[in-house]
Amino acid sequence: MPERAAPPERPLPVFPEPDTEPFWTATADHRLTYQVCAHCGQTVFHPRRHCTGCTRGELEWRDSAGRGTVYTFTVIRQHGQPFFRARVPYVVGMIDLDEGFRMLAEIGADPDAVHVNQRVAVGWEDHAGLSVPVFRPDLAE
Amino acid sequence: MMASPAAAIAGVHEFPRRTAGGLSPLQIKAECAARALEDAGLAWRDVDAVYDASEAGRMQGLTIAEYFGISPRVIDTTAVGGSSYEFQAAHASRDIAAGKANVALLTYGSTAHSQARAIGTGGRAAADPQPADNMERPYGLTLVGNYAMVARRHMAEYGTTPEQLAEIAVTTRRHAMRNPQAVAGLADIGFRDVREITVDDVLGSRLIADPLHLLECCIVSDGGGAVVIVSSAVAAGIPKRPAWILGTGEAVGYPAGGADLTTTAAARSGREAFGQAGVRPDEIDVAMIYDSFTITVLAILEDLGFAKKGEGGPFAAGGCLAFDRPGGPALNTDGGGLSSNHPGMRGIFLLIEATRQLRGESTAQVPGACLAVAHGNGGLLATRHAAGTIVLGRE
Repeated sequence: MPERAAPPERPLPVFPEPDTEPFWTATADHRLTYQVCAHCGQTVFHPRRHCTGCTRGELEWRDSAGRGTVYTFTVIRQHGQPFFRARVPYVVGMIDLDEGFRMLAEIGADPDAVHVNQRVAVGWEDHAGLSVPVFRPDLAE
Repeated sequence: MMASPAAAIAGVHEFPRRTAGGLSPLQIKAECAARALEDAGLAWRDVDAVYDASEAGRMQGLTIAEYFGISPRVIDTTAVGGSSYEFQAAHASRDIAAGKANVALLTYGSTAHSQARAIGTGGRAAADPQPADNMERPYGLTLVGNYAMVARRHMAEYGTTPEQLAEIAVTTRRHAMRNPQAVAGLADIGFRDVREITVDDVLGSRLIADPLHLLECCIVSDGGGAVVIVSSAVAAGIPKRPAWILGTGEAVGYPAGGADLTTTAAARSGREAFGQAGVRPDEIDVAMIYDSFTITVLAILEDLGFAKKGEGGPFAAGGCLAFDRPGGPALNTDGGGLSSNHPGMRGIFLLIEATRQLRGESTAQVPGACLAVAHGNGGLLATRHAAGTIVLGRE
């Protein structure tokens, strides 16, 4: 029998990349993190070194509770990359987290069961050294 | 009305085919440049400013003058995706107004179709680590999906329907069927049944990224073009009617801080361009709006002020965007990126068709067209995009 090829793997962030590396390091502990400026209070996401609200910024990392609302979403039905091609159809959306930042993520749910303004909660897909956030309908609410 | 404009489009050329036939992007650029210069009654030696988006090679500011054989005093390498050419036209008009240039040359060439580049649904190649890529790559969003998220939010917020979006594709195909180059091109890139389409055709085509269907996505062609922009002194001696640059606007958009995704950077670039031109949207005869997808057009029609935010659906579905219907601007009269020409960065064709309309040379001519707007959208509408607006006038 021919050896079965390993299934394609999810594309992951590429390092070294100093702005986003702390975010991904925290995901290994299933922590979803964002930044707040100690000087002006600005919430910052995507992660970066400088504050976008003030020039004296000092950004602090905080943990999100991982709960939010679907701002918008799409169902991907065609993709050229092998991992995603094997995964279609799947849902990608923008989540407004309760702490006041918006992030892109996969929403792990039946495409027909996802809607705008739906409550979702973060879950995790584990990989070597990091975990990928995958949001799911928030059944606790 | 503003002071008399400093610069005008004097020459245009669109590569006539949608398959390159073995030509390279650079060869397409040079062929289009030569034809556009002839169209303007000018020659290579007259060019003193060159604008290049480096789409045919890296750092082309260093090499394109040598390739063409020109000695420009101004070299501008603005590259903001499909809107690069509206930004470059804005910069050219300013460079000319400042006395730094008299004859500006913008060129574009691409063999996206021949290379079978899956622009909308391709897997992005892993490149150097970039912050934004690191926050997006793992989730498998496609370019089509990126725009689809704007459509989804627009539907949820304003009740916009799939049928209303589909009308944009229907109108654009109708215009394409009047354009022999578009008709031949659709067949050349593999369309089996080249004809006018209906709303049912659009909604019956397969979903690529909900809620966007196949026929709501631009085609992938080869192609290219060139635009020659000149000073008023040069314009006085050209063979064809100049298309004056009356106003320009530039902006970028990104969804920081929970921004409203249904409002694009066109709201800002459009206000700037219409303000400078002293023109109102309801005075515009022809709207050349970057139609990467139906939603791109719908959102930008609202943002430019042709319809109120949220009312673009009924506006588009009312039929007024057809070249022969009153009540609104004629939309993408060449057949657009949806049905005529989209080799990856369509912005230059918006300027070319707007100029044809003001000269009376379009295949879907608006009788006596006096004012046109060309609006380029580059990048990814939901995550980061660039908006360039150019208002053009016949007088």
